[in-house]
Amino acid sequence: MMTIKQYVRAESLEQAYQLNQVRANRVLGGMLWLNTSKLAVNTAIDLSGLGLDQIEEGEDAFSIGAMVTLRQLELHPGLNAYTQGAMAKSVQDIVGVQFRNMATVGGSLFGRFGFSDVLTMFLALDAQVELYHAGTLSIQEFAQRTPDRDLLVRVVVRKRPGRFVYQSVRNTRTDLPTLTCAVSQVDGAYRLAVGARPMKAVLLTDEEGLLAQGITPESARAFGEYAARTVPTSGNLRGSQAYRTHLVQVLTQRGILELGGDHHGA
Amino acid sequence: MELKLTLNGRAVTAQIEADTLLLDFVRSHGCTSVKRGCETTNCGLCTVLLDGKPVLSCATLAARAAGRTVTTLEGLQEEAADFVGFIADQGADQCGFCNPGFVMNTIALLRENPDPTDDDIRAYLAGNLCRCSGYEGQLRGIRAYLDSRKG
Repeated sequence: MMTIKQYVRAESLEQAYQLNQVRANRVLGGMLWLNTSKLAVNTAIDLSGLGLDQIEEGEDAFSIGAMVTLRQLELHPGLNAYTQGAMAKSVQDIVGVQFRNMATVGGSLFGRFGFSDVLTMFLALDAQVELYHAGTLSIQEFAQRTPDRDLLVRVVVRKRPGRFVYQSVRNTRTDLPTLTCAVSQVDGAYRLAVGARPMKAVLLTDEEGLLAQGITPESARAFGEYAARTVPTSGNLRGSQAYRTHLVQVLTQRGILELGGDHHGA
Repeated sequence: MELKLTLNGRAVTAQIEADTLLLDFVRSHGCTSVKRGCETTNCGLCTVLLDGKPVLSCATLAARAAGRTVTTLEGLQEEAADFVGFIADQGADQCGFCNPGFVMNTIALLRENPDPTDDDIRAYLAGNLCRCSGYEGQLRGIRAYLDSRKG
């Protein structure tokens, strides 16, 4: 069980950032994953007093504070209208309502967890991450960076004409996913994010132009096969490598077909 | 450190350690309906309402509840009494250990959605585990309660 010597509710981002430069200190998100660790934390840094618990919808973008909970993502009307419900779908099987009332966007993304539904979804959304020290960078670049002592302040999702589909496979509802798969078409460009491979989510685009002539059963299958060839997978107790690679093909194909208006999938 | 909060409608001030969990805090203040179960945030036994929202007290620092309102089943006896009999009638609470968590989360569900479908109920209570009953009894009990309200 984690132990904590001192608790500080940060009064500014600068204070939180400075405290977080000490190796023995930790920023608290929802504290769900952290609490299962055996860490001996000197100072627990709480960002919950900094007004980062809101989703602000502007004309051009959604600004999602680091302390916004997964339940807020699930219920936000604007975000779910923009994503055609994919945002809610990406989080609704994460444990239970109580858990999602606590788990935060910042905590979910900063850990770059392999099992993360949230990282998979935000990759497909082509989101931007605002870090206190490093500034704004794409979520793809953020996902590839080694975790450091910076602070995730907010995530920005720009509103652009797009369609989004989210799917995951779980051995049982509320379990960690065996595979996560989000597909999108934003400003005409296709993006595929695959997570729980079981490594952290990766992004694939249609570099071979397989969908350039539009979505048909044949082009969706070809893109699914391309994804299965390209996305590295591995095995663990939730599924073998071969099973996961098969899922990459099937979920990608279904997702692309659904983007094209076929809700029955392959 | 000093903690001030409202517990079941009563202002409470207490000295706590920085890593005191809300679960231990409320139990030490007589709220023993709140159970320690999995301690991995999966079972829902430790559910309390924090400013009206259901959360897992086994992963919430008591310090984070400063200035806020915490409600446990001890503070919701009247609201719970409306429907727990329907759950008992179905034999759903066999060993009963999970029951306070189920009741707390059902209260949260019904406040948020007074007329849920069976799928809504299953989805909302997915974070409450029961090792005895297979969940159908709880679902039947809540359904019977909702049907009784419609006359």
